[in-house]
Amino acid sequence: MASAFIRGLYSSIFRRTSTFTVAVIGAAFVAEAAIDSGTDAVWDYLNKDRQWKDIRSLYIEKAEE
Amino acid sequence: MFSSVSIRSGRTAACRVAPKRFASAAPNPSAATPSGGPFGETRRDAALWFAKTASVCGVVGYLTSEYVLTDERLEPVYEGIWKMRQGIQASIVGLGMTKIALPLLPEAQAFSDAAHGLHAPHYPWEHRKPWKSYDHAALRRGYQVYKEVCSACHSMKLVAFRNLIGVTHTDAEVKAIAAEYEYTDGPDENGEYFKRPGRPSDYFPSPYPNEEAARAANNGAYPPDMSCINKARHGEEDYIFSILTGYCDPPAGVKIREGLHYNPYFPGGAIGMARNLYDEVVDYEDGSPNNASQLAKDVSTFLSWASYPEHDDRKRMGLKSLFICSIGIGLSVWWKRHKWSYVKTRKVVYRPDLAGVRKV
Repeated sequence: MASAFIRGLYSSIFRRTSTFTVAVIGAAFVAEAAIDSGTDAVWDYLNKDRQWKDIRSLYIEKAEE
Repeated sequence: MFSSVSIRSGRTAACRVAPKRFASAAPNPSAATPSGGPFGETRRDAALWFAKTASVCGVVGYLTSEYVLTDERLEPVYEGIWKMRQGIQASIVGLGMTKIALPLLPEAQAFSDAAHGLHAPHYPWEHRKPWKSYDHAALRRGYQVYKEVCSACHSMKLVAFRNLIGVTHTDAEVKAIAAEYEYTDGPDENGEYFKRPGRPSDYFPSPYPNEEAARAANNGAYPPDMSCINKARHGEEDYIFSILTGYCDPPAGVKIREGLHYNPYFPGGAIGMARNLYDEVVDYEDGSPNNASQLAKDVSTFLSWASYPEHDDRKRMGLKSLFICSIGIGLSVWWKRHKWSYVKTRKVVYRPDLAGVRKV
């Protein structure tokens, strides 16, 4: 079942260099977006309440008074 | 007469099942290339040997250094070695070669003599962890301490007010802070210099116009610029914190001349700066406790940011790159082993030509 999927993937995408290239570039876009937002989420979780964006709310209204 | 040697890849269908008639004639299918080496017949054997040797060495080494070498019964041996070394050193010096120093000191040297300055202890700064950013609330408090206490004598010429935006203050706050100071600008269209309020693009103001004025106002000692002070001092924030909180009375017999103050962490022990951080010299707007060590901790963190403004971004990008690189390395290892499997599983078959008739 999984093998049929991989066979389908090969015959439709990986067999021809042109489609393979398009797949690589597209996957790079998707992967970069995913990895960027993933690590940003991890970083924000590890640094909860330590960054400027977490304390910004304490000062932004006062400045706008 | 017509024996043949054929090399077949282990990955092709023809070789997956060894032909039965050669099963006994070729006892070692890979006899053409001698297997093994000095560490074992197969790679696995060699790996096991290395693993076994490394773990035994590690365990024996640890136990020896931890329990055997530290036994007090060995003290006389160490004394003897030290005396021999001293004797050899003395004779070298006696020959006039004073600069040659022998190795092999039997004791650990902390090098905390007065000339070096007491080595600052390692405090558990949260931002020292590889996945932790600066505490920006502490940076804001640290800026307040710098502004109210330190900027009276120390300049910070490489940091501009705009550098605080998005780090410790909003841009409206930074505009207001900068406007408190007066800067000389010009020449205008008449060729005259004029004074104007500060802008976010201006750099932090210096308390003295030049180094000579700074020295004259501080008993000849120049208060160093704080822009990169963490990078410029061994021990970084540990050193800054220790200096600021380390003022004490000099030990018996140590005389500090008038104008200098005793601080064991400062190389030489005599620092020009008096103690400045006392409890409650600064009122924190966020209500944090303002005892001297909190003030020192916050200002040390602020100075660390001044030396490493890219710190947070650098660590975030570091996490990203570690993640991507580990995926990349994993895929590369798999890809290489896949491509090489055709070579690494090849089998060499020798067919002796027993009947003298050539066979394919």
